[in-house]
Amino acid sequence: MMRILAAMVLAMIAVSPAPTFAGEGERTPKPVVTIENPGKCVAPAEEMRRNHMEMLKHQRDRTLRAGIRGEPASLNACIECHASKATGSVLGTAEGGKGRNFCESCHSYVAVKLDCFECHQPKAKFKAAGVKP
Amino acid sequence: MTAPQTPDRNPRRAFIAAAGAGVAGLGFAAIAPGLHLMAVGEANAATEARKAGTAASPAVRWGLLIDAGKCAPGCTKCIDACHTENGVTEKLPDPRQNSQWIRKIELVDRRDGRKTELPMMCQHCANPPCVDVCPTGASMKRADGIVLVDRHTCIGCRYCMMACPYKARSLVHVPLTEQNPEVPRGQGCVESCTLCVHRVDKGQTPACVESCPEGAMLFGDLNDPSSAIAKRIASVPTTQVRADLRLNHGVRYQGL
Repeated sequence: MMRILAAMVLAMIAVSPAPTFAGEGERTPKPVVTIENPGKCVAPAEEMRRNHMEMLKHQRDRTLRAGIRGEPASLNACIECHASKATGSVLGTAEGGKGRNFCESCHSYVAVKLDCFECHQPKAKFKAAGVKP
Repeated sequence: MTAPQTPDRNPRRAFIAAAGAGVAGLGFAAIAPGLHLMAVGEANAATEARKAGTAASPAVRWGLLIDAGKCAPGCTKCIDACHTENGVTEKLPDPRQNSQWIRKIELVDRRDGRKTELPMMCQHCANPPCVDVCPTGASMKRADGIVLVDRHTCIGCRYCMMACPYKARSLVHVPLTEQNPEVPRGQGCVESCTLCVHRVDKGQTPACVESCPEGAMLFGDLNDPSSAIAKRIASVPTTQVRADLRLNHGVRYQGL
């Protein structure tokens, strides 16, 4: 019995948060998220923060494989609304070199690789230049 | 799972369609009893945009009819239009590595020297070998017959490129930044003609069809007997390239 109790106490110590010292040596700057068009999102911010990847993942399969267009969740719609007004992109450095643009700011903070834009265009209203005749 | 892709051959339905068109005021002349000549208003009339939220229908089969007799020698307008529309703009030091969604090929009859030029691209097979061999299921055929690559699952193994008898597919060799927002494409994935699926879903025709100054390309629904393409295929001899492979192409040729 004592052994179980000891194990429980040890486990509680292990999961308790490490002591934090406010303002002391913050290595990674907190993301600076600028919402260009507030209040127009397809879902509340809490839901978007938690589920945007799932929403986009299911939508992409429905659009590409079944051919369903015009769904509320769409990467292009995200980009059109969230692209920085200064640079027109959801990637890269934000205005004045402080913080980063919408997608990249959080993804670099949490160190989650952002694969979308290896294929998708990160700039809003981008017009491809086209081949020269 | 394969949906029936053969055109509806119900003669009664064709008759009703013909009668309806006649009533609608199109040119309608009786040549002989039971044989009618109908003027087709707009050869490349825009197809209808699919409503938002509805899936591609297996009742439709998109196809392309290319009249090689009309294809002008040396003209590359379809290639330029395709590559502009789809953002295929990169020029690599080794031109063999450039992506090629559509290309012109020249056929020469050695006996009499007759030359024929034609554009060649993904033939949008009903039984596509690229889909058969894909190890990840990335190579796929949509319900309306358009063969696509799901780049989300493509690992760039290039097996489909080897399986394709038409050399229709390319691998992207370099990182890209100039994509058309509607046509995502990137390094390490295989790609090919999508029949401009993003335009077709909006009710437009593919960029190559729209750009052809000779009107040599006709786009439409092969399953709809009243469409211009189905009527042309029903009335003139058309060819599927390497028909012996029995892949049942969505892209047909005339005048080869």
